[in-house]
Amino acid sequence: MLEEIIIAGFGGQGVMSMGQLLAYAGMLEDKQVAWIPSYGPEMRGGTANCAVTISDTEISSPLVTEPSVCIVMNKPSLDKFEPTIKTGGLLFVNTSLIDAKPKREDISVYEIPANAIANKIGNSKVANMVMLGAVLEIIKAVEPESILESLRKVLPPQRHNLIPLNAQALQKGAEIVS
Amino acid sequence: MSKVLMKGNEALAEAAVRAGCRYFFGYPITPQTELPQYLSKRMPEVGGVFLQAESEVAAINMVYGASGAGARVMTSSSSPGISLKAEGISYIAGAELPCVIVNMMRGGPGLGTIQPAQGDYFQATKGGGHGDYKLLVLAPASVQEAVDLTIEAFDLADKYRNPVMILGDGILGQMMEPVEFKLTENNELPVKEWATTGKKGRKKNIINSLYLQAEKFEQHVNRLADKFGEMEAKEQRAETYLADDAEILLAAYGTTSRVCRKAVDMAREEGIKAGLFRPISLWPYPAYALQQVLGRVKGILTVEMSLGQMIEDVRLAVNGKVPVDFYGRVGGMVPTSRDVFDKIVAFREVL
Repeated sequence: MLEEIIIAGFGGQGVMSMGQLLAYAGMLEDKQVAWIPSYGPEMRGGTANCAVTISDTEISSPLVTEPSVCIVMNKPSLDKFEPTIKTGGLLFVNTSLIDAKPKREDISVYEIPANAIANKIGNSKVANMVMLGAVLEIIKAVEPESILESLRKVLPPQRHNLIPLNAQALQKGAEIVS
Repeated sequence: MSKVLMKGNEALAEAAVRAGCRYFFGYPITPQTELPQYLSKRMPEVGGVFLQAESEVAAINMVYGASGAGARVMTSSSSPGISLKAEGISYIAGAELPCVIVNMMRGGPGLGTIQPAQGDYFQATKGGGHGDYKLLVLAPASVQEAVDLTIEAFDLADKYRNPVMILGDGILGQMMEPVEFKLTENNELPVKEWATTGKKGRKKNIINSLYLQAEKFEQHVNRLADKFGEMEAKEQRAETYLADDAEILLAAYGTTSRVCRKAVDMAREEGIKAGLFRPISLWPYPAYALQQVLGRVKGILTVEMSLGQMIEDVRLAVNGKVPVDFYGRVGGMVPTSRDVFDKIVAFREVL
């Protein structure tokens, strides 16, 4: 198994933490992982993205230029990363914020109304976890339980009350695509 | 010990603490700022000193002082900041003091850009500051290797009484990978009998890099030369990947070597016998290891995030035996594995 994943969206949508959780969960499952943030003269409200590699064997290059999986949380990210996806790769689109349709026909597209679902369960901030739930249901790179275990490790104890909400968001995301 | 997921900058900082470093003097600059940030919290926890100096020049001179007093000490910066430190580094090498200096390179010349680059190879390996001195330069390619080499760097610095540089780039600093710290805190450190610790009951120690008598200074520089010769003989480090039957050998260090490793895999899938030579020590350059893998090599492709700096050491090492070509990106741009693969294919055509 080798998944090279790009996660992109607005600053504040939780794309960096989505990637870190994915990497953390992979590490807990004894897989090889790497996470690289885009860093640069970023603007507030501008785009942010990160690259995550999860592999059963040693990772040669942690840089992802032809992703096997691409998760786009907003329109500028769709425009920027759709052309880079590997033939046969997967594209997850947050349709709550993206009206446009992807153009590529050599990839599989999953349309996830991540913000709408997050709002329905009561907190728009977990739209990233809804999306992650959908992604993991398809690619099976790590178990959703490992994501929750990672949350237990990275969140301070006083924030552990948020874990059930995150679990619910992962579950709802998985249901959309299953 | 279990693994933790850490950014290169932070992991390297923790490695320094584990190695017994208790003094850090620095000044913030992207893309290495997480390193001082981490130590600003960590140093007080272990009874150490974190100090943000008023400038890079001040920071390196604080390193000079702390090292002279026998402390394990570190500073870190990125390209323009290292240029500011160059004078102090020359003094520290001249006075034969151990310290560890981290450079997470960004695009240059000038203030350049904050994105990753490898344009400081010449500065690190061939000078930077004035005079006849050498830094031992180590170039990690992963976060785990950054940790292991940093711990080793402190021991090497003490062993040779010479500054050791960890040369990384923005990606290594910003990237998160799992790491394991095999070394615990509070290990016993070597006694430094030469340090200026107060002369109670012993002959006085003097730390100095100024010699007004040329005869004496020549003796001093020749003694340094002997030390550099010993480092050249004992401290060359390199790693190879699929190099044994390689016809096209890539030569790359740090992050670029990871990009190249993937390009080698892509080439092998197409039936092209490609391999990788990855120097871990940039000074001393692992010329011997490179000469050992030349067997079937028809050409070497050096790949760097620069206009071509390490390529000079590759050429010196192979001494005209095989053609050496170059591919590089500059200004903070990172070559892709596909770009390197295309260069391998094109290079093979002309060999």
